[in-house]
Amino acid sequence: MLQSDTIAAIATYPSNSGIGIIRISGPDAISCCEQIFRSKVPLHEMSTHTISYGFIFDGEEKIDEVLVSLMRSPRSYTMEDVVEIQCHGGIFILQRILSLLFSKGVRPAEAGEFTKRAFLNGRIDLTQAESVMDLISSENEKSRKNSMSQLSGVLSKKLGDLRGKILHEVAYIESALDDPEHISLDGYSEKLSSLLEELSLELDSYIRSADDGMLLKSGIRTVIVGKPNVGKSSLLNMLSEKDRAIVTDIPGTTRDILEEKVRIGDITLHILDTAGIRETTDVVEQIGVSKAEASVEDADLILYVVDSSIPLDDNDVRIQSTLKDHSSHTIILLNKSDLNSVVSEEELRDLGVQVISVSMKDGSGVDDLKQAITTMFFHGDISSNDDLLITNERHKFLLQQAKKSLSLVQDSIALGMTEDFFAGDLMDAYESLGSIIGEAVEDDLVNEIFSKFCMGK
Amino acid sequence: MAVVEETYDVVVVGAGHAGCEAALACARLGLETIIFTVSMDSVAMMPCNPNIGGSSKGHLVREIDALGGQMGINIDKTFLQSKMLNRSKGPAVHSLRAQADKQMYSLEMRKTLQSTEHLTLRQAEVSEILVEDGCIVGAKTYSGATYHCKAVVLCTGTYLKARCLYGDVIEYTGPNGLKAANYLTDSLIKNGIEMMRFKTGTPARIDRRSIDFSKMEEQFGDERIVPFSFTTDPDSIQKEQVSCYLTYTNEKTHEIIRNNLDKSPIYAGIIEGTGPRYCPSIEDKVVKFPDKERHQLFIEPEGLYTNEMYISGMSSSMPENVQYDMYHTVPGLEHAKIVRNAYAIEYDCINANQLYATLEFKKIHGLFSGGQFNGSSGYEEAACQGLIAGINAALEVLGREQIIIDRSEGYIGVLIDDLVTKENREPYRMMTSRAEYRLLLRQDNADLRLSKIGHEVGLISDERYAWVVKKQELIAKEMDRVKHVNIGANAKVQAFLEAHGSTPLSTGVKLSDLICRPELDYDQLAELDPEREALPYDVREQVNINIKYEGYIERQVKQVEHFKKIESKKIPDNIDYDDIASLRIEARQKLSKLRPISIGQASRISGVSPADVSVLLVYLEQGKYQSND
Repeated sequence: MLQSDTIAAIATYPSNSGIGIIRISGPDAISCCEQIFRSKVPLHEMSTHTISYGFIFDGEEKIDEVLVSLMRSPRSYTMEDVVEIQCHGGIFILQRILSLLFSKGVRPAEAGEFTKRAFLNGRIDLTQAESVMDLISSENEKSRKNSMSQLSGVLSKKLGDLRGKILHEVAYIESALDDPEHISLDGYSEKLSSLLEELSLELDSYIRSADDGMLLKSGIRTVIVGKPNVGKSSLLNMLSEKDRAIVTDIPGTTRDILEEKVRIGDITLHILDTAGIRETTDVVEQIGVSKAEASVEDADLILYVVDSSIPLDDNDVRIQSTLKDHSSHTIILLNKSDLNSVVSEEELRDLGVQVISVSMKDGSGVDDLKQAITTMFFHGDISSNDDLLITNERHKFLLQQAKKSLSLVQDSIALGMTEDFFAGDLMDAYESLGSIIGEAVEDDLVNEIFSKFCMGK
Repeated sequence: MAVVEETYDVVVVGAGHAGCEAALACARLGLETIIFTVSMDSVAMMPCNPNIGGSSKGHLVREIDALGGQMGINIDKTFLQSKMLNRSKGPAVHSLRAQADKQMYSLEMRKTLQSTEHLTLRQAEVSEILVEDGCIVGAKTYSGATYHCKAVVLCTGTYLKARCLYGDVIEYTGPNGLKAANYLTDSLIKNGIEMMRFKTGTPARIDRRSIDFSKMEEQFGDERIVPFSFTTDPDSIQKEQVSCYLTYTNEKTHEIIRNNLDKSPIYAGIIEGTGPRYCPSIEDKVVKFPDKERHQLFIEPEGLYTNEMYISGMSSSMPENVQYDMYHTVPGLEHAKIVRNAYAIEYDCINANQLYATLEFKKIHGLFSGGQFNGSSGYEEAACQGLIAGINAALEVLGREQIIIDRSEGYIGVLIDDLVTKENREPYRMMTSRAEYRLLLRQDNADLRLSKIGHEVGLISDERYAWVVKKQELIAKEMDRVKHVNIGANAKVQAFLEAHGSTPLSTGVKLSDLICRPELDYDQLAELDPEREALPYDVREQVNINIKYEGYIERQVKQVEHFKKIESKKIPDNIDYDDIASLRIEARQKLSKLRPISIGQASRISGVSPADVSVLLVYLEQGKYQSND
């Protein structure tokens, strides 16, 4: 509530524009960012108002190539240390980086919080106080509604049940501590431990569903590459026609590119750079190769199209070298034409990338592609549990918090601590879950104690 | 007609557990104080359970003692049996409980009041408070006497418009057949105070000679008795203890209760007051927990000069004959003779939201209140409020700044903050689960937490405080030392660890690492620590706890830092919440009604959201700059 912690949020409008910015503000902004950002000169050694080039890493996995600007306190919007990460647009990447930050101790900014901090730190003129207050309350209302609408009734109930179980355990512990002569805790720790294991697994499944859910909602930024005349536009047409689901043509805002939304079953692909593909004149198709080099950096998924009847040449070598750093999210589509086949699946597989045979003529292979994308991006079968999807990053953060609290309880049990040490962390988990389903804590615990356990004199 | 007219600094209304602490605090701070009681024989009376302390209540008594109150000293002098509850659990929930000799407890407290300078104990019923221009100026008794004063502390307990009920019998008395106070309520209402009605109850007292104790389990006190008061020498209170007994209700008992529910005034709808869920009547237990085959009953002595035994766990408002029938079903009570009937009692009290956390009324300057009048329950809860109300009344008269114990400093702070901030629909009882920083608020460190405040107020002597300061130094020094003592993986150490069922060392560690092991503690490890100096028990205890639970304690210390931050953001008295358009209407109404003193308190009001708090923060900041202009 007061500015002792560090907050972060996506600062740009959440769309599939080419560039997105994540803003981090607070005393640990620099140190937290440094844990995921690698650059030539460490961030904390940079002077204020400078920009560093580097990469975001999740452990050893390279996530994105980014520019990071640093504004040290007090010369920043909030007058705190502020770090802004400029990354490649897609919501998928933005959310992934944000999640990484959350795992390093940053918390999601509340509605209007950057502005609130700016004001409380004296950055904004007094005459604007009125509008700051309005902003906070309207943003809060918006995010509350938004957050609730993104939670299905089924999921809300499941989280409520899970929460109820936690409360019941706390109430049991507390009533035993309050009335030790009536209620015994013998052998309770083991029982609690196995229950917590169950609950953690359940939380895990929701956390995983959050990644799926957010990705399903935002779509996968996809780029189709390949040398001229291998069937890129046919592929696009095939994907579009398959479900007759071309949704919009969005003119790019920052660059001169077009984007198209295509659905394969439940999955949405944002095909980037469609201008380059749709144009049939050779001139533009030529650009395909060089454009590919630029746009693979922006993409979550790269579809590399090869025609089986056209031998691989220098262009392919060039493309393949571009894709080398992106093999984990690249799929090669081998377009089987009727003509004599000169490129084999085996040969392509040697590149260490998944290969799928498709036929642009009869549309075969699309299901395999869908399966491959599902395996690559999602956890398990995505279409069957729509109701259990978390699609909100704040919800995901809170689920992770809840899980962390439960694992602290497990630690306490393992250390042989007595039951009174469990209650605090259990209540933290309870509160985190409560914030997801929009329920305040108030006097729940005391009520539970009295209603479930017969106490006292 | 000439009437009596006297002048005091402070008038205390009621000489129960709250009133006694309030009056003693005022008198000890040098103020001329008069305390009124409806009966000289009911000073510090215990009309319900015959014990002091217990889970979380034991903490309160320790805190009262650390602030210079009387309850701990009084029970140390008059207990019959003593037990530290939850000893097998963490130190935060260890709780001391003593069975009291009720009569002796009352007499001892009366003696203390009557031997305190500046304190007058007077039997009379206060019927009116006198208020001029929103300030208290005195109190009037039913006899017409006027007592001019600068502050009044209301500690009326369960006496206001009290009535006692069992079956269809209604007696218009306070507890134990004592006179009810029937006039003061009207005067309070006239002065704008909102009243409400609560209910509580007590079980029967049974003649010990009619009980067959052979059918019950005997419950002994602790071998080594720990005193409540930090000033009591433990050696001075080791004595032979009196036992309690454990027995159970059974299906037969429950059947009788179910068959007679319509005769209980609560279930018949005669009682309107709200009762406490945490000490339900046996009727409530049977109705609300139909699956429970039996309920525990503790048979506790009421004193050395009476045969009465208290039947803990079986309070009731059933008719007399049903009471006989149900008690007789209990093993050991087959031939029980009732000395006093069980009964329910209804009384007037206030919603404590009308008070500041100093326990002064927001609307009436100089009027304070404490105890069951504020909607709490229990002797200990009453006493600690009485103490705070008394201290603040005195500080106000002396023109000094009043004190507030906050939620991170003591259970007293949690209790008072809950009472004045939250919606309270039943008599409030302390519980350790209500204290969010309970790992820091232990009964063993109450002196370390609160003596400073007690000393500044003037109730803790320089000498006593000097020891606390010294103790703090010793603890810090010893904690630092054990963190630097090296323990090598040598044969002696390994043998010691093996003997204590602890894993052998693979490499050298610090002594503090070994203290952290659940199966070891500071005292045991003396064997491996030849440099150790002899330290008093209470210092060793603190070192052990602080080292053992350091990780957990540090986490709470961090939380407290955050808490303190928002607690220190004060909200000015004159704030007009209707000015703040961005606040949601519900929040505006709640804030206007409660008028919290800090952002922290505001954030705990139900119906005030974090966004409302943010808006409030921005608004306050704006005000700050404007007033600087």
